[in-house]
Amino acid sequence: MSRITLKVNGGAHTVDVDPATPLLYILRNDLNLQGPHFGCGLGQCGACTVIINGAAVRSCILPASAVKGEITTLEGLATNGKLHPLQQAWIDEQAPQCGFCQNGQIMTAKAMLDKNPHPTDAQIRESMNNTLCRCMSYNRIQAAIKRALEKPLGFQPPDTAERVVPLTHGAASGGSRASKKAVVA
Amino acid sequence: MSGNIPSQVEEILSTNRRGFLKTAGLLFVGMAAPDAPAADAPGPYPVVDPRKLDSWIVIHQNNTATFYVGKTDPGQGTGTGFRQLMADELDIAFDNTTCIMGSTDITVDQVGSGGSTAMERDSLPMRRVAAEARRVLLEMASARFGIPVDGLAVSEGVITVKADASKHVTYGELIGGQKFNVTLSGANAASVSGKAKTKTIPELKIAGKPMHRDDIPGKVDATTKWAVDVKLPGMVHARNVKPPYACAKLTGIDEASVKGLPGFIKVMNKGNYVAVVCEREEQAVKAARQLKTTWEKPATAPFPSSEDLFRYLRNAKPAAGTTPLQEGLVGNSEAAFANAAKTIEAEYEIPFQGHTAFGPAHATADPSNGQMTIYSNDMKTYGMRRGVATFLGMPQEAVRVVYMQGSQGFGRTAAEDAACEAAWIARELGRPVRMQWMRDEETAWDTKSPAFLVKMRGALDAKGNLAGYTYDALSCDYNHLGYNEPDTTLIAQLMGQRRAKPAAGSAATPSDMYAIPNRRMNGDVVALPAIWETPLRTGNLRDPNGPQAAFASESFIDEIAAALKADPVEFRLRLLEAGTGDDSGFRRARSIAVLKAAAQKYGWDARPSGKPRGAGKILTGRGIAYTFRGQSMVAQIAEVEVNRETGHVWTKRMVCAHDCGFVVNPESLRTSVECGMLHGLSRALHEEVRFNTEKVTSVDWVSHPTLRHADVPESMEIVIVNGDPHPDRPDLPLYGAGEACLKPTMAAVANAIYDATGVRIRRVPFRPERVLAALKAAGV
Repeated sequence: MSRITLKVNGGAHTVDVDPATPLLYILRNDLNLQGPHFGCGLGQCGACTVIINGAAVRSCILPASAVKGEITTLEGLATNGKLHPLQQAWIDEQAPQCGFCQNGQIMTAKAMLDKNPHPTDAQIRESMNNTLCRCMSYNRIQAAIKRALEKPLGFQPPDTAERVVPLTHGAASGGSRASKKAVVA
Repeated sequence: MSGNIPSQVEEILSTNRRGFLKTAGLLFVGMAAPDAPAADAPGPYPVVDPRKLDSWIVIHQNNTATFYVGKTDPGQGTGTGFRQLMADELDIAFDNTTCIMGSTDITVDQVGSGGSTAMERDSLPMRRVAAEARRVLLEMASARFGIPVDGLAVSEGVITVKADASKHVTYGELIGGQKFNVTLSGANAASVSGKAKTKTIPELKIAGKPMHRDDIPGKVDATTKWAVDVKLPGMVHARNVKPPYACAKLTGIDEASVKGLPGFIKVMNKGNYVAVVCEREEQAVKAARQLKTTWEKPATAPFPSSEDLFRYLRNAKPAAGTTPLQEGLVGNSEAAFANAAKTIEAEYEIPFQGHTAFGPAHATADPSNGQMTIYSNDMKTYGMRRGVATFLGMPQEAVRVVYMQGSQGFGRTAAEDAACEAAWIARELGRPVRMQWMRDEETAWDTKSPAFLVKMRGALDAKGNLAGYTYDALSCDYNHLGYNEPDTTLIAQLMGQRRAKPAAGSAATPSDMYAIPNRRMNGDVVALPAIWETPLRTGNLRDPNGPQAAFASESFIDEIAAALKADPVEFRLRLLEAGTGDDSGFRRARSIAVLKAAAQKYGWDARPSGKPRGAGKILTGRGIAYTFRGQSMVAQIAEVEVNRETGHVWTKRMVCAHDCGFVVNPESLRTSVECGMLHGLSRALHEEVRFNTEKVTSVDWVSHPTLRHADVPESMEIVIVNGDPHPDRPDLPLYGAGEACLKPTMAAVANAIYDATGVRIRRVPFRPERVLAALKAAGV
């Protein structure tokens, strides 16, 4: 065990741990943070992502003793109670399903935008490609990133989804061909 | 709160059980239901009585309402939908409501979630009790003002005398903090009812509107307390040590190999179940890796390798004691084949696919006060409560499950393993235990969606009509994990518990409304050699077995259309329109409607599939597939780019026409459908559990790949068909929407690959090496 001091979200915390302890466990269990999650412990999925010196880092495979620099977690993105534009865009796009991976998605996107404020669609896909989601909320996430960029959106927002009202009453008895008219709600 | 509950526990319970109301910039904390035990109650925890109105709804003095429902929301927005429906029936502003779900000691048992029944079925009692609360409140106001109920108007929780608008009273003023003391009729949570009628669909004002989900802000600002975040005084960390080979027998544990490790507490062992417990989490991870154990391999291989699986299935007989699933028998298919001008046959192969939850299994168990409290994201917490009680031999009332958010459900958390493990260790140690599976455990040992081998035959008559059709499926689903039936959990099997008979799952037959004059469909369950303690145990994965059946049937219909040189949309419409039989949901007409809506949205180019191949590196094509789940209809079109040099498939565009009846929340429906389509795409392109004859070798995101950002189509379009009350059918009810959207995707993509390349891929997933080999074999 040894004493390690970590700078996290503007504060300093000293913990007495095995220096090989992955940063993730200290953030979660000693600092009681709920943003970074355990997903694989292998650096493959991104659930545990934090930002250190501007880079998105997988805290599940980073020994605490190897941390050099200030750590920002999902808890540290909002400023003065105001959500980071990415967090707001995530809400506006209703990006999460279960949400368990979204820490990694948001933190990876932030690190990407901090380096490249105007990514192309291809650059977004490439930068985000190793951050996984099993609910498959990828399309929403990409839309949220683009929304945060205030780029024109290449899709219709959910509340203007086209509706087609296809049926005549007679169809209830079956067999009749449905007539269809398009109605945009 | 007070009593002997430590502050950490109080915080967890209050955060997840009392809901926060943001109203006019003020933060109100809802109160517990008067009838529900306080969050700090030491137990026991009797079942919440569904026949009491107070079990479902509490009105607070500040004119807000808290709804208590027996459902869980693993991330598709059902909780927000329940609030919409109940606020509508109660006539209270949506923003002045909150919904508490799933904890077994404070909510009625509505089973939890599963089967896409949340809106279709389980919202009905919620609506009835909310309508009853409104009726009772109107009667109270009637008594207060001395005016008959029909002289009163109600809006947003305020009752006003119609003839004198200066006379009004809020719900909160009438009953805030008090009990209704109203007994409902009905035998159980599904059937409870009051005297009030629910509103008709067109009368609903809040339901039907797009609403932001209430669980999302906490998930993006890190304030959500997840089940993985539970910390209790004295809590210790456990990790499993799984057998290195399937069905291996434990022959020795060298506890000295970990005894000196910092924080080490104990090795837990019974039968072949082994776990380590340490004070800190990283210590438990290390100890589990370091513990030396010896195992004896089984005398015979527990299963064939994944490369040999379909050869095995071809020679397999239906498992003993299983009953074939026979559905949709029409005419005499064998006579049709005897008279056929042409017969077309094809076999389709779908491998085991994992749930592979993004967050591996986890639960925390607290044995305090001689009770057992489980903190879990289980979809079916009520079943978990019974399961844990049975497993531990405790009375059910001594066990409660506190429902918290977690990684996606999709059926895995309806049959969750970690709770029994945490509870057993907690009781043995007398300390709260947090159990967390590692990635390799979850991917290798979670429940699997069963492999399917489907043989299909079609008989064409001399006029080119599809005169006969047979579907014969073998489903590798003989060791199905029951919903919290404790003797089917892994820990119980490893400890040596055996059911008298395995919990056989099922085969599945296609869901379509095609009118084929002679048709036979059959599904049989087959067993692998190993039944117990196997990592190839099966469990319900999102629309269990539906995607497998739809991959075969909708690929095959496409093959018939191609053989007849018919356009795939036109051919399907021809089969649909040939029939007149229907059911109460007028599935046939709605099937036709979704096919047409998808084709229209896509701008379908009517022509036979298998278009002339271009000379370039990238071949493009489009494919369609249609099916339904329950009463929810779905048609999907995939447009693919196939790289003929690498075999890589990119689905560039997806269109989905979706009809689930009345849509409660169009916004969450759209996002759920979109994500479901991509789940189907992931299963089409990537997912396959690999194993050799000793163990599962898919252990992480490299060896069991999943969809990634780069795979996402450039364009995803969703047409919500018949999503609003139809002017001619305002009574069209709510149908389930959590699963149908992924059912046709594998077939749509396979059909698109055929269109692009002229090569039919009958084996899932369409990984580059498989596609390239098929292209090469066909000379493409």
